[in-house]
Amino acid sequence: MSADPSQTLAFDTSCHLFDGCGFPAPGLHSFLFKPLFGDADSNLYFNKTMLLALLGSIIIVGFFWAAFAKPKIVPGKLQLVAEAGYDFVRRGVVFETIGKKEGEKYVPLVVSLFFFVWMMNLWSIIPVAQFPVTAIIAYPAGLALVVYVLWVSLTFKRHGFVGAFKNFTGYDKTLGPVLPLSMTIEFFSNLLVRPFTHAVRLFANMFAGHTLLLLFTIASWYMLNGIGIAYSAVSFVMVIVMTAFELFIQAVQAYVFVLLTCSYIQGALAEHH
Amino acid sequence: MSPLVQLAAEEAENPLLPPIPELVIGLIAFVIVFGFLAKKLLPNINKVLEERREAIEGGIEKAEAAQTEAQSVLEQYKAQLAEARHEAARLRQEAQEQGAALIAEMRAEGQRQREEIVAAGHAQIEADRKAAASALRQDVGKLATDLAGKLVGESLEDHARQSRVIDRFLDELEEKAEAAR
Repeated sequence: MSADPSQTLAFDTSCHLFDGCGFPAPGLHSFLFKPLFGDADSNLYFNKTMLLALLGSIIIVGFFWAAFAKPKIVPGKLQLVAEAGYDFVRRGVVFETIGKKEGEKYVPLVVSLFFFVWMMNLWSIIPVAQFPVTAIIAYPAGLALVVYVLWVSLTFKRHGFVGAFKNFTGYDKTLGPVLPLSMTIEFFSNLLVRPFTHAVRLFANMFAGHTLLLLFTIASWYMLNGIGIAYSAVSFVMVIVMTAFELFIQAVQAYVFVLLTCSYIQGALAEHH
Repeated sequence: MSPLVQLAAEEAENPLLPPIPELVIGLIAFVIVFGFLAKKLLPNINKVLEERREAIEGGIEKAEAAQTEAQSVLEQYKAQLAEARHEAARLRQEAQEQGAALIAEMRAEGQRQREEIVAAGHAQIEADRKAAASALRQDVGKLATDLAGKLVGESLEDHARQSRVIDRFLDELEEKAEAAR
């Protein structure tokens, strides 16, 4: 992986195959952005991903505002679309996992999470933006942290201290001598690994997807020289295919993220066995 | 300048270490979305969804009520129609009976009038016959007397005797007529 500070991405250069320059492969540097304002060394800066995050939340609020600010009993097209999305998350995710009675309370959170994550993922294939905000670990980590705090506090509230401890460790007398080992593993798996995997699952998917898109996009441009044009064409087809695939993955990852959220909440609310 | 410019390669950053500013901004962005949706927009749409559910259920109830009403009206009409048919049949029956009674009455009246006429005729004939008989008796008596006077050549002045003879003669005639009958 190149770490040459002077190197820029392929589509910023006129460098092509056979021109004597190496392939400017995408890498970690593709996920680092120069601040638009402020200083990268201090913690006071504003960069592209932050802009996209705020812009994305404004788009979501704008969309739902247009759809639900003055809702009609006989819905217009926009309201119908928004209702379909809302209903999908409400009934398809929350009621399915937590149940209608207890789930109703968490619908706003889960709906917000779903559309927020989806929008942040969608930035990946929106022209000009073309970067999935969730491919920066800070964003999924923040969301996972919200869910984690909610989950842990819910567990304590529902079961008390001892009950929560049993809930976290999967306490089960019938396990006998294996119990201490099982409890240790469960404790780590639930309290320490779970929030990490929750965030990283989303992050890694979007990170990998963006890297793939970059790879084929850069290759399409880089090989646009001589016989390389044929390879470039193949690579460009792959760009199209991967873009479509990403569109699918973005929705799936948003769905998985909220589905896990619901299953954690459900676990906190459930009676321990 | 493109934002996708590679940053100066410092020490390789761990992509799993979240930078604090992004974390904060990400949370703020999420809170914006959550705040608007949870406080205003989702309660809005929930209210409308509930209203819609009620409207649909109300519509179904209304349709059911209309159906029931239509059914009852139909039955009412059917009952009225049956009643009307019944009434018509009754009227027809009555008219027939009345007609028959009328005919019978007329027939009886006709009969009575005929009998009256016949009786009157009979009485007239009887009176005529009696008048004729008495006139005839006088005429026959006079003629016979005249004839007998001429035959005997003398006037039969003795009225009493004369009358007795004539009566006897006539009685004989009547007896002969009786016997011939």
